[in-house]
Amino acid sequence: MITESLTIDQVQAGLATRKFSAVELAQSALSFAQAENPKTNAYLHFCPERALAAAERVDKKLAAGENAGPLAGVPLAVKDVIVTKGVRTTCGSRLLERYVPPYDATAVVRLEQAGAVILGKTNCDEFAMGSSNENSAFGPVRNPVAPDRVPGGSSGGSAAAVAQGTAVAALGSDTGGSVRQPASFCGVVGVTPTYGRVSRYGLVAFASSLDHIGPFGKTVRDAALLLETMAGRDECDSTSAFAPVPSYTAQLDGKVAGLKIGLPREYFEGLASESGDRIHQAIALLKKLGCEAREISLPATKYAVPCYYIIATAEASSNLARYDGVRYTTRANEDTLSGMYRATRGEGFGAECKRRIMLGTYVLSHGYYDAYYLKAQKVRALIAEDFRKAFTKVDAIVAPVSPFPAFKIGEKVDDPLQMYLSDIYTITGDLAGIPCMSVPCGKTSEGLPVGMQILAKHFDETTMFRLADAFEKAGGFAGSN
Amino acid sequence: MKITESQVRDVADLANLNLTDSEIVRLAKDMDEILTHMDALDELDTSTVEPMAQVLYQSDETATLRADEIVPPLGNETALANAPLAGAGYYKVPKVIER
Repeated sequence: MITESLTIDQVQAGLATRKFSAVELAQSALSFAQAENPKTNAYLHFCPERALAAAERVDKKLAAGENAGPLAGVPLAVKDVIVTKGVRTTCGSRLLERYVPPYDATAVVRLEQAGAVILGKTNCDEFAMGSSNENSAFGPVRNPVAPDRVPGGSSGGSAAAVAQGTAVAALGSDTGGSVRQPASFCGVVGVTPTYGRVSRYGLVAFASSLDHIGPFGKTVRDAALLLETMAGRDECDSTSAFAPVPSYTAQLDGKVAGLKIGLPREYFEGLASESGDRIHQAIALLKKLGCEAREISLPATKYAVPCYYIIATAEASSNLARYDGVRYTTRANEDTLSGMYRATRGEGFGAECKRRIMLGTYVLSHGYYDAYYLKAQKVRALIAEDFRKAFTKVDAIVAPVSPFPAFKIGEKVDDPLQMYLSDIYTITGDLAGIPCMSVPCGKTSEGLPVGMQILAKHFDETTMFRLADAFEKAGGFAGSN
Repeated sequence: MKITESQVRDVADLANLNLTDSEIVRLAKDMDEILTHMDALDELDTSTVEPMAQVLYQSDETATLRADEIVPPLGNETALANAPLAGAGYYKVPKVIER
């Protein structure tokens, strides 16, 4: 059975017409994913028992004539920073190499209740800190489109799995662009919902005020279906939102004429020429569909990188304090408690985690708090205000995802500041907490995918998905896969 | 120079983090470069801006509180299952208090 090109609709159709059972599909998908994995290192480990048990539940329901759920039988990959009960969750870190969570993340519970079949856990930058997936303790992921290049990060394994066809859809997490940037590098759809739209319960914390769980799919509809299935209030996450979850997929009518789209001029300066060409072509297509495009300004954009890296590292240094050798599987043997903490952390964390713990500790330390952390929180308010004002004039914002397409493995690894600066177009959405996504919009002459970013108002995922879906239906993805 | 190697050692001490000498040299260079870049924020006058600690939405003050009902806890054994060292229902750590 060929599983690599399947979309969620095709899985549903195959099950409905008895072309395959959920168990047959899970077995084929697992053996294909396991055979292909050495090419990319996208999965860190597989969970065949859990996958087959989930598939059996689906087949039983179907046999009994029951509704098996909107994601019945769908082979899914889950980033290894999202906890899965009884299935190892490493966060790409040596420190958690043997960590087996005693509970499931809410997003995982909801997707499995809807019939999804989790095949395994995907590789990522250690604790989701990175833009290239080169910070994983278990080796980098290779971009399935160009194996000498990075898949982006930090959710590089999830993006690569969907692009490679070893999962129909996947879950990632986004704190500063970790879903959208790898989606753009690998040529798939990646979504960062409104902050609080999806429960963070069971998402291992990096920067709590910025962390989101978000879906990857081959199509806009697949990503929208995943989001509407897992979104909504959860008592286990006090920051999860009460706002009702509409059916995004029911509103994908392809009609976007009259929609006002804003093009922020600050996002088109310093853009690599070929990536820029693809985005401008995409904008031309949106205009052809009847969208009204106008230039807008988001003046605080140039302060987003320093603002983000102060807030994110400050929160990270606090969140990573829990890895002290007491509770989470790995401990260095030292005679004193303090020596044990220090040695465990010194031996366990990789270079990028150490850099962020150090920066975060510094900006929170006595005498620097006001100058860095408090200042950054105020600048964050200015960035959010820029978006609020922009959305009084436009319905959605269209911009690039990354200044350049996928770069070569090793190319930027020795220059952390350059790596941070490459997040410029994605971190603003996280700072403001608005929904944003990457959709494929073509390739460079070297065949590297380019992603277009769509941003919308808080909780207006519907407009974002409608625009993305109309673009896809009009042939906007052509040449991306 | 925003940060010296000696300051890097002090911060590592606050962070409970062992670093090798070569890591300290490298971090002093990286942090200096990144902190210098962060100075760009000083260009902005934020004297009248309220800090944004998190993304907030309008909701009832007590809306985020769940009903006060007992739910079954994980249980001692499950909670300790990932401990590097546990015994008698507790996490075990190197001795802190001398008898």
